Amino acid sequence: MEPFITLTAVAAPMDRPNIDTDQLLPARFLRRPRDEGFGDVLFIDQRFDDEGKPRPDFVLNQAPYKTAQIIVGDRNFGGGSSREGAPWALLDYGFRCIVASSFGDIFYNNSLKNGLLPVRLSEDAVTAIRGQLHDHPGSTITVNLETQTVTAPDGATHEFDIEPFRKQSLLKGLDDIGMTFEHKQEIDTFENGFRQRRPWLFAEA
Amino acid sequence: MSGKTLFEKIWNDHAVHTTEDGYTLLYIGRHLAHDGSGHAFGFLEKRGFKVRRPELTFATPDHGVPTTSHRLDDITDLVQRRAVETLTKNAANHNVTLFDLGDRRQGIVHVVGPEQGITLPGLVMVCGDSHTSTHGALGALAFGIGASDVYHVLATQTTWQRKPDAMRVSINGQRPFGVTAKDIILSVIAEVGANGAARHVVEYAGDTIRALSIEERLTVCNMSIEAGARAGLVAPDDTTFDYLEGKPYAPKGKHWEMALDHWRALPSDDGATFGREVTLDATTFAPMLTWGTSPEDALPITGKVPDPANETDPVRREALQATLDYIGLEAGTKLEDVPVDQVFIGSCTNSRIEDLRAAAVVARQGKAKVPAMISPGSSLVKHQAEEEGLDEVFRRAGFEWRESGCSMCVGMNGDLVAAGKRCASTSNRNFPGRQGKGARTHLMSPAMATAAALTGRFTDVRTFAEKA
Repeated sequence: MEPFITLTAVAAPMDRPNIDTDQLLPARFLRRPRDEGFGDVLFIDQRFDDEGKPRPDFVLNQAPYKTAQIIVGDRNFGGGSSREGAPWALLDYGFRCIVASSFGDIFYNNSLKNGLLPVRLSEDAVTAIRGQLHDHPGSTITVNLETQTVTAPDGATHEFDIEPFRKQSLLKGLDDIGMTFEHKQEIDTFENGFRQRRPWLFAEA
Repeated sequence: MSGKTLFEKIWNDHAVHTTEDGYTLLYIGRHLAHDGSGHAFGFLEKRGFKVRRPELTFATPDHGVPTTSHRLDDITDLVQRRAVETLTKNAANHNVTLFDLGDRRQGIVHVVGPEQGITLPGLVMVCGDSHTSTHGALGALAFGIGASDVYHVLATQTTWQRKPDAMRVSINGQRPFGVTAKDIILSVIAEVGANGAARHVVEYAGDTIRALSIEERLTVCNMSIEAGARAGLVAPDDTTFDYLEGKPYAPKGKHWEMALDHWRALPSDDGATFGREVTLDATTFAPMLTWGTSPEDALPITGKVPDPANETDPVRREALQATLDYIGLEAGTKLEDVPVDQVFIGSCTNSRIEDLRAAAVVARQGKAKVPAMISPGSSLVKHQAEEEGLDEVFRRAGFEWRESGCSMCVGMNGDLVAAGKRCASTSNRNFPGRQGKGARTHLMSPAMATAAALTGRFTDVRTFAEKA
């Protein structure tokens, strides 16, 4: 995956809570192979009307947000289905970072594993930042993973938490499996012990 | 020394390695695969890896399978057909146990696991599906993961996870007449919020939970994810052991005795502490349904559609109005006055035999006024229902009796709700577009959904249940 270090980009405000992964990527596109890309179907039912024309009221269709690489959402962004197509669709469309007051746990994990940075800020902070974005459409914010800070359009800096383990993977663009293989010996040893402790799990039906 | 929670005991039993900052490499006791696992198997093959422990993965097609027939040739959507065929091929290539179309053991993966005794207390279980939380009903730590993690599990039989916090939802008291497991979990979600349990594993406790059957516990744990929880579980007890004994993949003989010793030591210790505690009084519960587009938008059937004018915060007011616009309801409308266009009974939440029996009690009392369909949770459930004559009860009441699968819960197999149509559904998600573009979903119990079918509007099932 592509490393994430720091990003200054246009941010799109999305005020509604509970933007679930069905909205991000409807189920009818889940069987598409990964290399075909999902950017064209991100938010498809909200971006387009029944005739396939862009809906002018949808934030991503508005001129100031055409180059947005950051979304500032609300509560429970990415809740619901475990479909990894949701972060894939966001990435393929051009997003690298989602700021929200809370995330669906599975979406949060899936995002980290694909180089899409989910940033948790307080409800007050996301509300304030969205307000600034509405007041000055097309303004940029800066997300710095090394310093774990978001700099809002008004210049205020908000710190965020991320586990050091995930931070390092993102900064270096590493996926889990390489690191896991470094623990192969430990897994083998554990598995032998586990098999002896819980033999019924390995028995034939 | 303080005691340990059920969740911590299972976690510690599967911890291979923990980093300094608290990330744990967890061993996976059971992995479940389905026709949506194609991406993960694809990643595995692309990297040239093998499945590390094929005997710990079990697969069955469910998301895209037709419910009008289980013949592969009847899958007219070629993309879905390819997904089902790919699962068959992947299972064969990697020596994974498969309950394929045509096998009586096929079904929704979260119905099949418990039914076959694949799901067992004390396990860490994963599946590339968020409703994996279902399996916690048997005292397993079970959670959904994405395709990259499924690939990782296939290759290494492990997953890296940050340890969630422990939360306990205690529910006590005799639940009133007409209140089902679905009403219990909708009440919990309405209380906690759609993301209120995020980064937590919820243990359901209290005498109300203890008195539930395994199938009822499965319904409760299933929707833990709808409160945002990483997983939901119930401590194993004699109800659990009675359910599991003799199941095809449950331990036998000496292994059964060994397993029982382990399982009996799993419940949370008396001194165990939970980071969060929520206590609910079941005597206050009523039959519930959702009115909006999040499972947290749940109210008793006697309630009214909320009014955006009562929201002081303008952003919240606008969000509520957008919800009502999508769902097509006016503020202040009595829920019992809302007409429905169709009814769906099925999904990993409510498609087991007890669900179908509960629906049949109501179905015996009338005829459906709107199109209604039933998709049993597995081919075995379908068979059992037919043995009991339930299929005839439903057919006489004008319901369509279908094959098993995820069906209209997620609509991937073509079982869709048309735009603007209102569906009373026993499934788990009322998200915009979930059952089809523009579809309006209202979640409720099988008995409530059946009552809605018979009257053509949302109906207090207690008026039917009293006659039964």
